[in-house]
Order: sequence, then structure tokens, then C-alpha cells
Amino acid sequence: MMAYGRARLLFASFVALILTVLPLPSWLDVLRPQFLVLAVLWWSVNSPGTGGIALGFFAGLLLDVFQGTVLGEHALALSIVTYIAVREHQRIRTKPAIQQAMIVFAALIVYEIVLFVIEGWTGHLVASPLRWVHTVTGALIWPPAAAILAYAAERRA
Amino acid sequence: MAAFGTGAGRPLGRGGSPGFRFTVYAVLAVVVMYLDQRGHYLYQVRYVLQAAVYPVQLAVNSPAAAWAWLKETSQARAALEAENARLRERQRDLELQSMRYEALARENGELRGLKEALPPVADRWLAAEIVGIQQDSLRQKMLLNRGAANGVFPAQAVLDDKGLIGQTTHVGPWSADVILITDPEHAVPVRVERTGLRTIAVGAGDASSLAMPYLPGNADIKTGDLLVTSGLGGVFPEGYPVARVTEVHRDAVQPLAQVRAKPLAHIDTDTEVMLVWFRAGHPAAPVAESGGADLKSGNAAMQPQPAPPKPAKAPAPEPAKADAPKATDAPKAEDAQ
Repeated sequence: MMAYGRARLLFASFVALILTVLPLPSWLDVLRPQFLVLAVLWWSVNSPGTGGIALGFFAGLLLDVFQGTVLGEHALALSIVTYIAVREHQRIRTKPAIQQAMIVFAALIVYEIVLFVIEGWTGHLVASPLRWVHTVTGALIWPPAAAILAYAAERRA
Repeated sequence: MAAFGTGAGRPLGRGGSPGFRFTVYAVLAVVVMYLDQRGHYLYQVRYVLQAAVYPVQLAVNSPAAAWAWLKETSQARAALEAENARLRERQRDLELQSMRYEALARENGELRGLKEALPPVADRWLAAEIVGIQQDSLRQKMLLNRGAANGVFPAQAVLDDKGLIGQTTHVGPWSADVILITDPEHAVPVRVERTGLRTIAVGAGDASSLAMPYLPGNADIKTGDLLVTSGLGGVFPEGYPVARVTEVHRDAVQPLAQVRAKPLAHIDTDTEVMLVWFRAGHPAAPVAESGGADLKSGNAAMQPQPAPPKPAKAPAPEPAKADAPKATDAPKAEDAQ
């Protein structure tokens, strides 16, 4: 059963990665939620055994390579967020979707703050307010995204 | 959710409590960051990862590539003929312009007191296709389909036929990331062609403008001035066109002038760019070591070299090695990655 879940997890993460790095026109790009972060969060909350911090770390490392940032930057940010999600997964899981979206919003803010701080330290800071837009769109898209992920994970399982 | 069997009583995962695993991964991430940022020890790791993600990058960019291909193949014959005629005309113009080039180059060498004309600073170049582009207000980057297998190296200059485009950052075996001159994080040392005034052009986050934030209010610069690379910073050689000044604002209360320039390269419409190798030792060439970031003090070799080397029979007095860097404290190469 575990391996079955893991294959689906990898597939969903891969699709989320594609959606995250797919080239889009710049106005859409600003609005684009971080799909990979959302997928990793969903898995950490709903199946911390298969997802969890290792998933967060390696997904973050992939984002670092795709986005050309310092290796470890997204990895650390995602590790922190998944750690919170795994720790609190039982509390988050039972909440209704709207409240979950609020929690996801907070998690995305934490994620972005960590990125912001690391970029500041390493001297690659891009201090544009537009970088925070995805936290809002990510929270807004959470209820449908969570439903799709639940469907993908549970179908024929 | 029962399918995953994550009951509350089950221990999570394989490696101990979440807190322990988090600590392990967080420490690992910090170590990786430190190694990547400080020592560039992870060049090999990055190289392998770059190769691993290249197929995915190609795949996600294929819809755009397919669209471009479709547009090209469905072009009418008349349009192609018109383009052909225009290109032929342009080639004739360029040939006429370059006819006197060799004579001028020799003449220039003689004027500079050199025995022979210098060869052009660009040694060889390689056309690369843009397979991916990211242009938003946060990042201005592109991905090229040439990599270390073609001899591409990090911090290599990228040009198109009109001007400077950017420089490579991470190089994989078959691909290279390029940071554009319009990226808010990129700064290119430039010189105003008309006056020789040196400054730094910083990307403004959109494909059509560069900002020059360090010019005093009384600087001699005006709309229409051509900006060329100054040769400082160790990445770009001296004298390549970068941008044209479009806007100069002088405000009596502000100590600095607000200057904007438009890049000459067609950054948003190009489909192919040129990777250029420069002749080492050429007076206009960038210095091989571009490590401005890890130099404690300046590097004498990174200074601009407008004058030709002195004739051999009158050796310049050798400055003491120790105070040479102090005397020529180089401005920190802001474009060094």
C-alpha cells in the first residue's frame, strides 16, 4: 500500500512541478500559485508517512535547480513548511477547506519569508511586492487543488 | 486516506521523529547553501542536476517552440521572399561597411603605437537557440541549448547582432542558464560612448529598460547617448553596445539623476543568440578571473586597459606586489555571479 501511495505522490508532484515551471506570460506568472509547494503541503498533511520533510527537501532542491537559485534555498524553506505541516497534520486535516486555506496562506507566508531572508543573506534579494502575490492565489486555489489531489490519491486505491 | 495507513499510533516515516528529521534536513540545506554560495564546491552536483532537469525544461517549453515552428512553416511564400530580399540587401550593406575594416584596424594600431593591428577581441562564437525564457519583474532569465559539451563556461558573455544580452550563470552539459542584463539582480559596467563617463547599468525587471542609479545630477548624459561596455567587471570585453539612453530626469532636490536606457539587443523577440569567446590577453578582453565577489581587495588585472601595452624595451617600473591591489582598488564587480 505504501509503495502504491508513493507512486501517486511522485506523479502528482511531477505534475505540480511542471505546472510550476511552465512558461507563462508575465502577468499570469505573477499570479501563478506555487503548485509544487501546495502538493507537498497536501501530502504532508494527509499522508505524512509518504510525504513529509524528505519530500519537501528534495522538491525544494528541484525548484532550486529549475529557478537557478542558491542550492538549498527552496529546500530549506520547504523543509520548514513541511515540518510544520507534519507536526500539525492531525489538527489541519480535520479543519474545513476554508480554514485549511487560511492555514495554507500562513504557511506560504512563512515559506516566502524564509526565501526572502535567505536571498537577503546571499545577496540575491529581489524586493518586489509582486513576489507575495502567489501566497494569496495559493490560498485561494487550495480548496479545489486539495479536492483534485484527494481524488488523484484515492481513485482506485 | 485509509489507503495510506497513517494512523495516529504509527511512527511517522523511517528516520525517527519529525523534529529529528527536520533538524537533519534543515542542517543539510544550510550546509548545501553554504557550499554553493561560498566555495562553489557544488559545481559538479549542480552540473549533474542541470543535466537531469534539462529534458523536463525542454518538455515544458515545447508548446511555445511548436507554436513558433508552426508560425514559421505556415508563412506565405511572398513573406519569405520579401525577407530574403531584405536580408540580401542588408548583407550587401554590411559588406560595404566592412570593406575598409582591415585598413582601419591597421591604421588604428599604428596610431596606438603598435607594430601590428590587433586581431578582433572576439575569438569565436557559437549560435545557441533559446529554449526557455522567463521574463517577469522578479527574474529575467533564459535557457540556451548549448552547454559544457560545447565549451560553454559560467559567466560567459551572450550577445545578439545588436548588442549585449546577458551572461551565463549555471552551465549544464547540454544547457546553460543565462541571466539577462535586464534582470533586477544584474548590473553591467558601462561607459557613455560620447563622453567616456563610466557608470553601472542595472536591470529594471522588464525587457525594455535599464536603470542607471549611480549618476550624479550634473552628469553629462542626455537622451540618445549610446552606452557601451566599459570592460570593467571581468565578464564583458570593452566596447560592445549595450543600450541607448531614453530618459534623463534631473530633479533639483535629488542628488542623483534618474536615467533610463533601452537595451539594443532584441531581448524579447530573439530566437537565437551568440555565445562569445574572447581572446585572452587582448587589451579589450575581460580578464579571465571574474571572481570579483571573493576578492578581499581589488585585482590590478581587472582594471580597464584603454592604452596598449608598453613597448618591451622600456619596461615599466615593477610596482611592489603588495601595494598594487591597494593602489588600484577595483570597484566590486557587481555582475560577477
